[in-house]
Amino acid sequence: MGAIAARVTDGLPRRTVIALVLLLAVLVAAPFFVNDYLITVLVLILYLAFTGQAWNIMMGFAGQLSLGNALYAGLGAYISAALFTRYGVDPWLGFLVAAPVAAAAGAIIGFLAFRFGVTGVYFAILTIAFAEFARIGFDHLAIVNAAAGLFLPVAQYSHNDLWRLRGDPTMFYYVMLAATLVALVLCRLLLKSRIGYFWLAIREDEQAARATGIPTFRYKMLAIVISAVVTSFAGVFYAFFYNNLFPEQVFNISQSIQMILGPIIGGVGTLFGPILGAFVLTGLAESLNNALTAFGVDMPGAEQVFYGVCLLLVVAALPEGIWPWLARRCGIAEEAP
Amino acid sequence: MTALLSLSAVSKRFRGLVAVDGVSFEVAEGALFAVIGPNGAGKTTLFNMIAGAMRPDGGSIVFAGEPIGGLPADAVCRRGLARTFQLVRPFPALSVEDNVIVGALLHRHDVGAAREHAHTVLRRLDLYDKRRQRAATLTLPDRKRLEVARALATGPRLLLLDEVMAGLRPTETDRMVATLRAINRETGVTILLIEHVMRAVMALASRVLVLDHGTVIAEGAPEAVVRDPAVVQSYLGQSHEELGAV
Repeated sequence: MGAIAARVTDGLPRRTVIALVLLLAVLVAAPFFVNDYLITVLVLILYLAFTGQAWNIMMGFAGQLSLGNALYAGLGAYISAALFTRYGVDPWLGFLVAAPVAAAAGAIIGFLAFRFGVTGVYFAILTIAFAEFARIGFDHLAIVNAAAGLFLPVAQYSHNDLWRLRGDPTMFYYVMLAATLVALVLCRLLLKSRIGYFWLAIREDEQAARATGIPTFRYKMLAIVISAVVTSFAGVFYAFFYNNLFPEQVFNISQSIQMILGPIIGGVGTLFGPILGAFVLTGLAESLNNALTAFGVDMPGAEQVFYGVCLLLVVAALPEGIWPWLARRCGIAEEAP
Repeated sequence: MTALLSLSAVSKRFRGLVAVDGVSFEVAEGALFAVIGPNGAGKTTLFNMIAGAMRPDGGSIVFAGEPIGGLPADAVCRRGLARTFQLVRPFPALSVEDNVIVGALLHRHDVGAAREHAHTVLRRLDLYDKRRQRAATLTLPDRKRLEVARALATGPRLLLLDEVMAGLRPTETDRMVATLRAINRETGVTILLIEHVMRAVMALASRVLVLDHGTVIAEGAPEAVVRDPAVVQSYLGQSHEELGAV
């Protein structure tokens, strides 16, 4: 445990470690000070931080733009929910089934793209296409109630059941907080390993990476499979938190887009960017919603417009994202020159 | 000395154009071997076939006793042939050190060990003090040196250098020549360079091969090759400035 902690924090300035520990302490303490509404907002933020982290493995590390990560979340959600409702299989075991399926889906997309030289924008379109196949397929799949949607039984639980993921929002909050922390640690360990160096090399210049002896196909496959598995866990969580699944919703491209906005705002390729981006974006969007409601303004779509404006501002002013800029300003950038 | 790399009757056609036409030669282990020739002689095509960036249409390329013709670039590098690019391609957003660590990780699994090895290589290329800079911020001569460093860090038996002197000023060329000589002497790595700058070739190469229109027109010691009438006519004769530089 200590050895892992040492590896995770190795090379980080002391101030960064302190700041991270403080932030974690605040997040752990948060449920004691905020109401249920804010908890659900925080759950959403952590969910997007987590899925953004997973997307960042593909785009930020290995340089492969996926616009269809909703596919893996949707598979995780549907598989675990179907196993639970039909056979009473608990969600954690459901994840053990969903993860290999998501990995296989990622591997198929990766194989088709990387074996046949589909890159850049064409790769992104391929990922959208597969998410769309899934959306249309599940829309007609009777075993999961097709377009009518799959519902998990919602009953009043007298206590939180972590094993079956039944309970109040606070329990879900802690599950997602732990998951986000695990994803952050996993990403840092990956990035600081041989795999991470090879991914960055591929991101920077694939031909030069190959000339340096890197079997790029294998490492790109690894990126897509890891990203898919991590994202599928978010799907399991989604199913048991929201208790209802519609193909139209979970496989929708807007889900994929939501997952990538956080990292883009926070900083693609950075470890903390996806987390910061999720907080900034969702935090501001929720505040905006509340302000509009308070003033009695009914403006459907205001949130989307707001996302658009945020994206424009960041891309124009801080194309690297908020985190690299903030880290430099606070003097907690890693490996300052 | 035994041949580390041997090509026999290697050919490459692009539609109607025969870019490389039945080229055969051998590079001895430990040699400093240069391939020269006028523009369009087929030097880069030849280089790309050895490095695995292009598949030969005919002939065989044997490295350390094994055929490597048609192998992908990464497999070629893992067998011990590391290349640089004529138009330099460092990993721009990575630091100089990380660029070289990527190379060092090819045959090492531990990042710490790779970093140590990278430092050794960076010192050899005079880039150690710039190791924390982003590669994109380096000057052209330094980027050329970084290309060599990254390739060298993979621990090759043969270093393939594609016009590594192009665009360098004479003092920088001399510095690169001295560095490559030292690398060859101290590590024993064989160097095959494709080069346009005669000044560098004459100072560095122990053996020179001259290509013209895809075929070998001369091979031998540098002093003998520059006096070869065929070479003078087809290549050096065209440019008195370049002869002057010799």
